[in-house]
Order: sequence, then C-alpha cells, then structure tokens
Amino acid sequence: MSIRDRLSGNEAIAHAMRQINPDVFAAFPITPSTEIPQYFAQYVANGLVDTEFVAVESEHSSMSACVGAEAAGARAVTATSSCGLAFMYEMLYVAASARLPITLACVNRTLTGPININNDHSDSMGARDTGWIQLYAENNQEAYDNYLQAMRIAETPDVRLPIMICQDGFITSHAVENILLEEDDAVKAFVGTYRPENALIGRDNPLAVGPYDTCPYCMEHKVQMAEAMKNAKRAVLDVAADFEKTFGRKYGFFEEYRMEDAEVALVLIGSTAGTAKACVDLLRAQGVKAGLVKIRVFRPFPMEELAAALAHTKAVAVMDKSEGNSASGGPLFAEVRSACYDLENRPALIDVVYGLAGRDCAVEDVERVYRRLLTIAETGEIGPRYVHMGQRSTQEEVL
Amino acid sequence: MPYNHKAELSKPERFTGGHRLCAGCGAGITCRAMMRAVDEGDRAVVCNATGCLEVSSFIYPYTAWEDSYIHAAFENASAVCGGVEAAYNALKRRGKLDGPDYKFLAIGGDGGTYDIGFQSLSGAMERGHDMTYFCYDNEAYMNTGIQRSSSTPRFASATTSPAGTESVGKKQNKKDLTEIMAAHGIPYAAQTTFIGNFKDFHEKAHRAIYTPGPAFVNVMAPCPRGWQYSAELLPEICRLAVETCVWPLYEVIEGKWILNYVPKKKLPVTEFMKLQGRFRHCFKPGNEWTLEAAQADVDRRWERLLQKCE
Repeated sequence: MSIRDRLSGNEAIAHAMRQINPDVFAAFPITPSTEIPQYFAQYVANGLVDTEFVAVESEHSSMSACVGAEAAGARAVTATSSCGLAFMYEMLYVAASARLPITLACVNRTLTGPININNDHSDSMGARDTGWIQLYAENNQEAYDNYLQAMRIAETPDVRLPIMICQDGFITSHAVENILLEEDDAVKAFVGTYRPENALIGRDNPLAVGPYDTCPYCMEHKVQMAEAMKNAKRAVLDVAADFEKTFGRKYGFFEEYRMEDAEVALVLIGSTAGTAKACVDLLRAQGVKAGLVKIRVFRPFPMEELAAALAHTKAVAVMDKSEGNSASGGPLFAEVRSACYDLENRPALIDVVYGLAGRDCAVEDVERVYRRLLTIAETGEIGPRYVHMGQRSTQEEVL
Repeated sequence: MPYNHKAELSKPERFTGGHRLCAGCGAGITCRAMMRAVDEGDRAVVCNATGCLEVSSFIYPYTAWEDSYIHAAFENASAVCGGVEAAYNALKRRGKLDGPDYKFLAIGGDGGTYDIGFQSLSGAMERGHDMTYFCYDNEAYMNTGIQRSSSTPRFASATTSPAGTESVGKKQNKKDLTEIMAAHGIPYAAQTTFIGNFKDFHEKAHRAIYTPGPAFVNVMAPCPRGWQYSAELLPEICRLAVETCVWPLYEVIEGKWILNYVPKKKLPVTEFMKLQGRFRHCFKPGNEWTLEAAQADVDRRWERLLQKCE
C-alpha cells in the first residue's frame, strides 16, 4: 500500500535513501542539496540506518570515497549540486570508466560564476559526457520514484555505469508537495541487494582497479563504456516496467503530454513541465493543438524514440535551462535537433534558453513560446533560431 | 618478535618483479618493504596516487601487486582509501564478509602527498580511518620530468626551479610534512628510509599498519634520474641523509616524539649534497653561501627535533 505524505524533494530523496539503507554515504554540504546529508545524518544518529556515513572534506573526496567504496563491493551514494558536481568532474569519469554503479542525487543549481544558488541545469549538463546515466524529475514524486529505480538500472550487469538522479534546486528540492511513498519492505524488495562478482575485498581473488591503459587497450575500454550506455536504454525501460507492475506508476524515456495530434510542441526538462502542462491545457481549450515532451532520461539519450514522438509536429521549441556557450544553442537543443535530422518531414526547430540562475518562468512565458511556434507553423518563417527568454534587455525580445 | 632480516626477505613477494620502475628507484623498494610489513594471512588493499609507481606497476593487463589495488587519480589516494575502509566496515557489520582481515594502505609520491593530495590526506587523517599512508618522498614531480614540489629542498635544481646564471635552484625550504601530520594528532607518524637491514623501516611500517586508526609513514625514497646519482649509490645516499641529519629517523607515538637514531658524529650536509647532480651548482665558486645556508637549515631543524624528542 502506498502511503500519502507531504515532503520536499530533498526529504523525498533522503527518505528513499533511508529505505534503501546503502552501505556507504560520502557527503559534503552544498546548497541546495545540503538537506539530503543532513536528514541522513539524523537517520544515522537515530539508528534508523546502519550506513557508514563519511563526512568528507570536499566533493572531490566524496566522489573519491564513493569510488573506493563501490570498488570494494559496497553500494555507495552521495548528493551534491553545482560547484560540488564541478569539483567532482575528474572523478565522474573515473567512476564511469571503472564501471562503478554509484548513485548521485544531483539537486540542480547553476554553476558559478558569478556565484548564484538558484536553479538551472548547467551543473549536470556539464557532466553529460562523463559516462553517467542521467534521470531528471518534474516533481518530488518523480525524484523519489527515479531514486528507487536508480540502483537497479546502474547495477544491471551489462550496464554497470554510475547514475545521477536530478531534480530542480529549490523549485523541487525545497517545495513541499503531496507524495505517495512506498513501504520500507516493498522498497527493499524492489531495489534488492548488491554483490558484484569482483571487488577489492571479500573475494578469493584480489582485484586491480584503475590501470595505466596504453593505446593497444584503452580505446576498447572506452568503446565498452559506450556500449554499456546503449544497454542502459533497455535497462531503464525494464526497470520502469517492473516499477509500474510493483507500484503502479508508469515511466519511460520521456513523458508525452497531449502530443497525439500536436502541431506545435515544446521539449524541456524538469519542473518547468508543470508550468508547460498548464499552458498546454489553456491553449488546447482555445483549440490550439499544443503538446509537450518532458525528457526524463537525458543519458542515454532516446534519439529515435524522441524523433518518432515529434515526427508529426510542424514546429518545435526546445527549452534549454542551461546555456551551452556554443554560440548555436543549448545542449538539449543540439540533441533534439540531431534526433530530428533523420525524419522525412522535419518540424521547424528553435531553441529558447530560459530560467538561467533561477530566473522565473511562468505560464505566460511558456505561452509566448507556443505563440512563436504557431507563427512559424503558419508562415514557415523560422526567424532567430536561438534566443534567450526573460532577461533584462534594451532590445525587444523576439518571443 | 625481534626483526629477522633473513626471515623477512624469504617471505613471498607481494610487490613482484616485472614492474617498469627504474633501476635504483626508491618507490619499488618502499613497496616491497611496505608489503613485507603486512602479516602473512592478512590481506591488503593498496590505494595508489597517480605517479611513477602507478604507471609502472599496473600497466593493463599486468599488475605487480599480489593484493587488491586501486588507482583513481593523483590527488585522492587518501579519500579513496577512506572509502574502501568505510565499505569494509559496513559490509563487515552487516555480516557480508568473512575470511581474512584487511589492511588499508595508501601510497603516493611527494607530489601526490605534500601538494595536490594534501587536502585529501589531511581530511582522511582527521576523520580517523583505519589506514596507513606511505609517502615515497623523492622530492620532486618525477613522473612528469623532475619539476619542483613543496618537498624539493632549497637549492635543488628541478626543471621548474632550474639552476642558471641568475638562479641557484629552488628558492624555498622543504615543507616538513611529517611534523604537519603529527600535528593532526593521529596515533602514529614516522620518518624512515632505506637504512642497513631495513629494521627501522620494517618496524615503523608494521607498527603503523597495526596501529588502529590513521597512521602516516614518510619514506625518503631517492630517485636516480631526479637526484642525478648512479643507481648503486642509493644506499649510500640514504645513509648520508641520516648521518647528516637531513632526514632524521623518528616517530611520534600518541603524541610522544621519539628519536630513533642519533649520529655519533653529525656529518656536514655537503657529504649528502656532493653525490647528487641536482646540487652540483652549489659547489661552484661564488655559491659557497648556498652550502652554508643549507647547513644552517639542517641545523635549525635538527635542534628543533631534539627539543621535541626530549
């Protein structure tokens, strides 16, 4: 039986961690993820978990300790945001290349500088090529549900890659919302136990991890990692299917909202989906065929599936909550545009970079994006392809 | 049990031949001696910082290590080791481990210990992981080509502090890391090198590994390429480091400072320096002051150590 409760996104993640009772939690505080290790430290202090809680001196060391712990055969977790994730950057590659299925709760916050503590996706987008699986949540329920699925995806034998469970800083992490929690025993049974066949300790054979890998071998290892990321697509769907069977909530690579006959559509990630859904309903009531695709799985990227979902649209706006500094659009735009290239009748595509460093995005802002798409669909004129929304400027905004 | 050199050397090697370290390198000697100090029957996990040792001892698909080994990066051997130890504690508490005891060893050169790995080391020691950190201190970044580190002594010529017409080598004094580690209040910190029959090394390594909690052992481990001496002079250089009081043998047990060896006649520091090409410029006419300054620094440090050990 599910339990109705009201929790913030950070509480929801900490609650899931308590239920899973991982072997090692290496923690360092950073806003807005700090509450997660705080809640968890209290669970340790009150004897609700018997996890080895290691309060390290930096995020670089929290990821390093997770690497050591996971290689030793334990389930290791951590949580971080923004600069903390950036400080781990080198170790993110080490964790992935050593094929260590570590679970990281990422509470998305913009990267310095200038320093700012609010939400955008620049932190985890910067880590998109590291070999980590990335799942994003619209709300606290999805953050919780994604966390319950994380370890089974990451620990799948032909995957064995670390996984990042992302939610929007403050918007999701600190807002208290209704949530359905699952019972401890049911969660434990769903997540299962972890015993890799090779580990630094407790096996007959010793193990050597992290070699100097010369030219004759290193590329093979990188290709194996790339193949593992492909395998993660199947694992994500398999675990989601079992999750639905067990707990009744359905997940996939992305959520399609009123897309069945949509002519104009948005593609975005995270909490803005709630705002966008309200806007879609508003427009639909006016007879506008508007739809939304909310990306849940960014790595591995569901290229073909996303293209199929957008195949029948006339105009699509990708809303990037991070600036790629590529002079040609944000990271989500690059992926979506690439996905659509193979379509016979491609929709017109624009990129709207929005919400940087916590800049608010309301229903009327989203509506302006849809209105722009309608103009494009009607006239066939795309106009500026890459724009920023909602910033102070002396120039009139294109949207 | 008293130290028996012959018995120790007849143990099975746990750091085996076939590694690619240079002849006369102190890192390999450190590793063999370190692993001899792990009791037979116990197993170890060695956490290695990036450096000469790492790229020479675990080149895929070969490893020189008979025990479990992990290398992650340059600056984090201590944090990785703390993670392994935490996993061991958790798995043991949960009844998921039976079998032999494990000892957790971290090892890095002076670059990975005094410099880039210093924060990670300090953090792990403060947290109290049951682990021993061994530094093979060869006084420069040897793996990248003999660049200066905070461990490089004053006046040594390194590739980023070269001697030249306007330079007499490194300008700054060597950082005293053993003293800094002792100041962490850890149960055991020591300095040793390759002296005589390795009794000093072995007893310190064994005590460090079998002291519950964090321990630190600093090993002067010369590098023939960086120090510019011919390989067979290695034991003589180590002997002179001790006899000149450049590298005193001491240990700090639960805060008590113990001097393990006092030279009968303290030799001048020039005896140590003159065998090494990295100090060659100090012996040129006009640079006599460098030898005097080097001697004054050794004397100052030695006096201070004597006071601590009273």
